[in-house]
Amino acid sequence: MAWKKWAFAGVALAWSVAAATAQTTVKWLHIEVNPNQVKLWEEVARAYEASHPGVKVEMSFLENEAYKAKAPTLLQSKDKPHIIYSWAGGVLQSQVEAGVIEDITDQAKGFTDTLAPAAVDAFKVNGRLYGVPMNLSQVGFMYNKELFAKAGVDATKIKTWDDLLAAVKQIKAAGVTPIVVGGADKWPLHFYWTLMAVRLGGKDGIAQAMKGENGGFESETYVKAGELYKQLVDLQPFQNGFLGFKNPQAVGAFGDGKGAMILAISSFYHTQKALAADKVGISDDKIGWFEFPTVPGAKGDPTDTLGGINGWLITKGAPKEALDFVKALVSKDVQTKQAAANFIIPVVKGAEDGITTPFMKNIAGNIARSKYHQNFYDQALGPNVGRVINDASAEIAGGSMTPKQAAKAVNDAWKTGN
Amino acid sequence: MATTSISLRRKDGAFTAVVLFLPPALLLFTIFVVLPIGEAAWYSGFNWNGFGSPTRWVGWLNYLSVFDTRAFHIALRNNGLIIVISLLIQLPLALTLAILLADRFRGAVMLRMLFFLPYVLAEVATGLIFSFVYDGDYGLVAAIWKLFGAEGPHLLASADTSMLAILIVVIWKYFGFHMMLFIAALQGLDRNLIEAARIDGASRAQVLRYVVIPLLYPAIRLSVFFAIVGSLQLFDLVMPLTRGGPADSSQTMVSFLYTHGVMRMRVGYGSAIGVILFVICATFAFTYKRWVMRDE
Repeated sequence: MAWKKWAFAGVALAWSVAAATAQTTVKWLHIEVNPNQVKLWEEVARAYEASHPGVKVEMSFLENEAYKAKAPTLLQSKDKPHIIYSWAGGVLQSQVEAGVIEDITDQAKGFTDTLAPAAVDAFKVNGRLYGVPMNLSQVGFMYNKELFAKAGVDATKIKTWDDLLAAVKQIKAAGVTPIVVGGADKWPLHFYWTLMAVRLGGKDGIAQAMKGENGGFESETYVKAGELYKQLVDLQPFQNGFLGFKNPQAVGAFGDGKGAMILAISSFYHTQKALAADKVGISDDKIGWFEFPTVPGAKGDPTDTLGGINGWLITKGAPKEALDFVKALVSKDVQTKQAAANFIIPVVKGAEDGITTPFMKNIAGNIARSKYHQNFYDQALGPNVGRVINDASAEIAGGSMTPKQAAKAVNDAWKTGN
Repeated sequence: MATTSISLRRKDGAFTAVVLFLPPALLLFTIFVVLPIGEAAWYSGFNWNGFGSPTRWVGWLNYLSVFDTRAFHIALRNNGLIIVISLLIQLPLALTLAILLADRFRGAVMLRMLFFLPYVLAEVATGLIFSFVYDGDYGLVAAIWKLFGAEGPHLLASADTSMLAILIVVIWKYFGFHMMLFIAALQGLDRNLIEAARIDGASRAQVLRYVVIPLLYPAIRLSVFFAIVGSLQLFDLVMPLTRGGPADSSQTMVSFLYTHGVMRMRVGYGSAIGVILFVICATFAFTYKRWVMRDE
């Protein structure tokens, strides 16, 4: 009978080991809407599961705005995901201060050397590392070459703000909507104001404002930036009902050829295809990019960029497999594939060689040349001030706030804190 | 003697019933109503982003800044507007339809169902459907405008029309509910009273004015109560339609709480809004119960 006992014990042991290993589930929350990108990630997850028996990677999705609204509650629940999407900046900082994010400084040592230092720095709070960057992006004008040709405008000649205003007038005169924008989401509008502030104030502009110097966010830089933005708004350059358009609708409208340009995050190059009514969008040869114009006498360098730094955070109490999986996700191999499919500007050194289209090569070059890459303001300034700056930008566009009032609203919010 | 002992026994029974049945309800009420309200009142004194535990005590500052916010005044005005529209348009409409449809005739039941249908629809689904209806390029409204050769209006994108658009949806969605309340009340009326009035020579209009409507007062009072409380709580229709925008023009109290409190991670500020809303609702509910519905 002894053999039976041993066999039973053996089976029980095997079963319990299997159960223990199979129980490790890595819950991963993302906000990606591009189905091809998600497909690639799914392949990475399945491959990781295959090479790490007993680990299961569970992907879940939340829409961008829904995610931002839900994150604070989600992160403090027992059922929180282990890997979450992040834009770094002030939101990351309050999450870290709240103690819901894992400090990965030691576990990620060595691994981070393979990544672009500027991107890694964005995920540091008080010198400790709290996240792994995945990609960079840049904000600038994406335009429809056919519509520009129809209006007789040469996009390569648009260098200054006045050039842009003139181009808008000319495009409008040709019966084409000059710019589409997702005004209901508000953040697409805040790019105008804040990118102008990047041009006018340079790196010192925001640093001084955050310290409350020269009137903080009511300084000359922000008021002037708002006034220049208002000059554009006064030309009524946007599509009809732009304050009712959500960003995906606006990007889709650009993909449908309903507007000549869009102040875009470089990734819209790809999403416009998925969001266009015909799912094809504007083909590569008909899509162009020009930098946000400068203003004579501005303090910022024309090579300064505004854009996103996105990545992944590991939440407190996550299994160690979570970071391990993120390392596999942000590997040179996967990043090269992502770059080759033109989904992202990669952060892994050398992966940018994978980029195939001239459009994305140009963006990667811009970011590489930039000495000052400003993270999105609504992320950099934290959840409260971020929302206020978005609201104020939309109010300038809607005519319900003057640039001065908008600057004051942001400064007041900044003084109250997050 | 006999009567007192009976009444005593009844009192004993009532007391046992209270001891047995009150605690579960009281417990649930305390955990899910009283404690959260107390918690919100406590949080409203802090400048707190919802992470960790609140430490920065600011006293009345949150309340002062709520009263100082333009969106709060807009939200208050919009809630008032919804109440006024509910009382002036929705209830009379519901009452008229109820009087027409309370009688049994061919198709009455089908018509009732048809008018009641919007109420059955989930709020968020309604909001999404109407965001398509109102779409200035492809929507139904735009199509009607284009029939007359005009360019479709973007009702939800303008601060002047966004609230109007929401009010139309509110009426469309809830008149059926009030109609059903009235139909139920009408069917419970004592037919003899109406018959007696007819025999006394009252015209149809007179029967309606002097017999039916006075008998409906309890239902009307209830309906007004629901309309007012419902308008104070309106949120899930607003979010898919406008999220309170543009420029806060279509905020209601609850959407204001959500967009300015929850979405900005300002728990203290949001709690202050919640407490203000609670005070408004509680004051209204108690005074209304006390002064208007005291007979029921």
